[in-house]
Amino acid sequence: MARSVTPRRKLINTTVAWAIGLLIFFPILWTILTSFKSEAEAIAAPPIFLGFDWTLENYRIVMERSDYGRFLWNSIIIAGLSTVLGCIIAVPAAWSMAFVPSKRTKDILLWMLSTKMLPAVGVLYPIYLIFIELGLLDSRAGLVVVLMLINLPIIVWMLYTYFKEIPGEILEAARMDGATLRQELIYVLTPMAVPGIASTLLLNFILAWNEAFWTLNLTAVNAAPLTAFIASYSSPEGLFFAKLSAASTMAIAPILILGWFSQKQLVRGLTFGAVK
Amino acid sequence: MSLKSTLRAATALSLITAGSAFADGHSATITIATVNNGDMIRMQGYTDQFTEATGIAVEWVTLEENVLRQRVTTDITTSGGQFDIMTIGMYETPIWGANDWLVPLDDLSAEYDAGDILPAMAGGLSYNGTLFAAPFYGESSMIMYRTDLMEAAGLEMPAAPSWSFIAKAAREMTDRDNDINGVCLRGKAGWGEGGAFITAMSNSFGARWFDEDWNAQFDTREWSDTLNFYKNMMDDSGPAGFATNGFNENLSLFNQGKCGMWIDATVAASFVTGADSTVADSVGFALAPDNGLGKRSNWLWAWALAIPAGTQQVDEAKQFIEWATGTGYIEQVAANEGWANVPPGARTSLYENPDYQAVPFAQMTLDSILSADPTDSTVDPSPYVGIQFAAIPEFAGIATEVSQEFSAAYAGQQSIEEALEKAQAITNEAMEAAGYR
Repeated sequence: MARSVTPRRKLINTTVAWAIGLLIFFPILWTILTSFKSEAEAIAAPPIFLGFDWTLENYRIVMERSDYGRFLWNSIIIAGLSTVLGCIIAVPAAWSMAFVPSKRTKDILLWMLSTKMLPAVGVLYPIYLIFIELGLLDSRAGLVVVLMLINLPIIVWMLYTYFKEIPGEILEAARMDGATLRQELIYVLTPMAVPGIASTLLLNFILAWNEAFWTLNLTAVNAAPLTAFIASYSSPEGLFFAKLSAASTMAIAPILILGWFSQKQLVRGLTFGAVK
Repeated sequence: MSLKSTLRAATALSLITAGSAFADGHSATITIATVNNGDMIRMQGYTDQFTEATGIAVEWVTLEENVLRQRVTTDITTSGGQFDIMTIGMYETPIWGANDWLVPLDDLSAEYDAGDILPAMAGGLSYNGTLFAAPFYGESSMIMYRTDLMEAAGLEMPAAPSWSFIAKAAREMTDRDNDINGVCLRGKAGWGEGGAFITAMSNSFGARWFDEDWNAQFDTREWSDTLNFYKNMMDDSGPAGFATNGFNENLSLFNQGKCGMWIDATVAASFVTGADSTVADSVGFALAPDNGLGKRSNWLWAWALAIPAGTQQVDEAKQFIEWATGTGYIEQVAANEGWANVPPGARTSLYENPDYQAVPFAQMTLDSILSADPTDSTVDPSPYVGIQFAAIPEFAGIATEVSQEFSAAYAGQQSIEEALEKAQAITNEAMEAAGYR
């Protein structure tokens, strides 16, 4: 029997949910607020929450010093293409594991995930040397491939989980109606798994956007994305927190806006199949 | 997918992802990796003038210090060729120079006047007498103190104080009710943060990292004295959470009037007397303390420009280095932004300039630099070069681990004795593995 929710309980739940939400969002909010402060106000103790002289000076300096557009374009290309490429490879892989599993499917899935357990720095030198050989250092193509590869296990796993929720009989029916494998994947499986695929793509895009180890170590000028843009404002010898906050706000703004507009889709996809 | 559509997709992908290679009308473009320190950022603002004069365009890759160190190390050890100039320090230069990873700077022009580089800086940036990096700015460490608080405590800071005076002054200046800490010092883990400070301090207590056979020396009384003195003084007069404070945290505290004294990089002098400091008008300077053993606790460091051996643009890179680290650049900055803002600690002529001598911290910076000798930094003989580091490739890794143990002791998570025991084991184990012992 379903438990009735009293107005008092609803109020408590809502308050707690908002409090947790604000707590999680607070570092981002603080970064945004700091970006509008002077350097002296940024380090004031006790910290100033809202009562400071709002200024756009940090944004002006950051825009003057850095080519933000180039960093942004690189981030969009690298995160976008690595996500699309990953999806093109992961959909057939997840399909085969979900609908035509072999004795070793579970092992393969575990093995794929195990590649995520290796610290990235452990393979930095081999990857760097390969990139030198192939002329891929500081190229967007190189980063697209690397980010696609490091996120591929997560995409396959997520898609596999979504596909497992789809009854195999529907695909069998399509096959009996004469659908080819390509038609089965594109016209039958994909439309049914759209929420799952969309949330996987979004999550992968966010992961690729925020990836900092490879994007910092394999780029210099041409392919450097927004992570390098932020790193260029961090200094161990000098108080430049307000400028760093302005740079961080500019770097996270696009992905924050994307997440904001697609949160419904994201939540729907992540909870897809949770209730049968 | 047919072969044709696959080719189409691949072409589209390569067109989108191709790096920008637009002709920019310049005869050459050099790429420089650097840190985000104030003087470096200022230099970037003047780059257009270099380009106008030479026709050589400059691309900057600015990174946080630790990221930069990892990035340029990876590139130089693999001959990646991503950079034409790298900003490196006194630790890397002799090691990389010895490995032939850097282009020797022994043929700079007569106008550049390499002989004008401060001998301490030139020595630290050379290997076997050959200069491998040109100092952009140099620093030592010194005491920055509040003259008003010192006066209120009825004390007078000697020009060259002892550690016992510092501890006494710190106690007198501490006013917990008003949130004033007598002394602020680095305690943060990291070989370049708290590790650098405690190593320089240990020199003045007669301690050293290694004996002449590369045996670790953390089981000696001198190291125990150093750490116990540091911790007792900081517990009495330091800020809360000092175990996690580095340069920036202490700068922030000092600028807000919460430190009576701060012993740190001389380059901080322009920050604590600058516009963002609330105590700019009451700051004095003194040499880093000693213990009467003939060694002070100041360090020596330089951020310098070096050319990796893999670059194809050696001549262009040398032109830039001559421009950026020459006297012309210093005069240009002085004319536009005042003498207090020129890159300090690199050239003798700067300290002979009457205009620069009028800058309040100029003489103390020079005295601090001159009193630091990387080739003779310890009371007892040691086999390494360096003051706040030992110039061997293994040092950064070992010192990072050791400083983590020290920071844990400062925070009260373990005793000083435990930290020193672990430091001894960590160091000896690493040195044995590296074949030194």
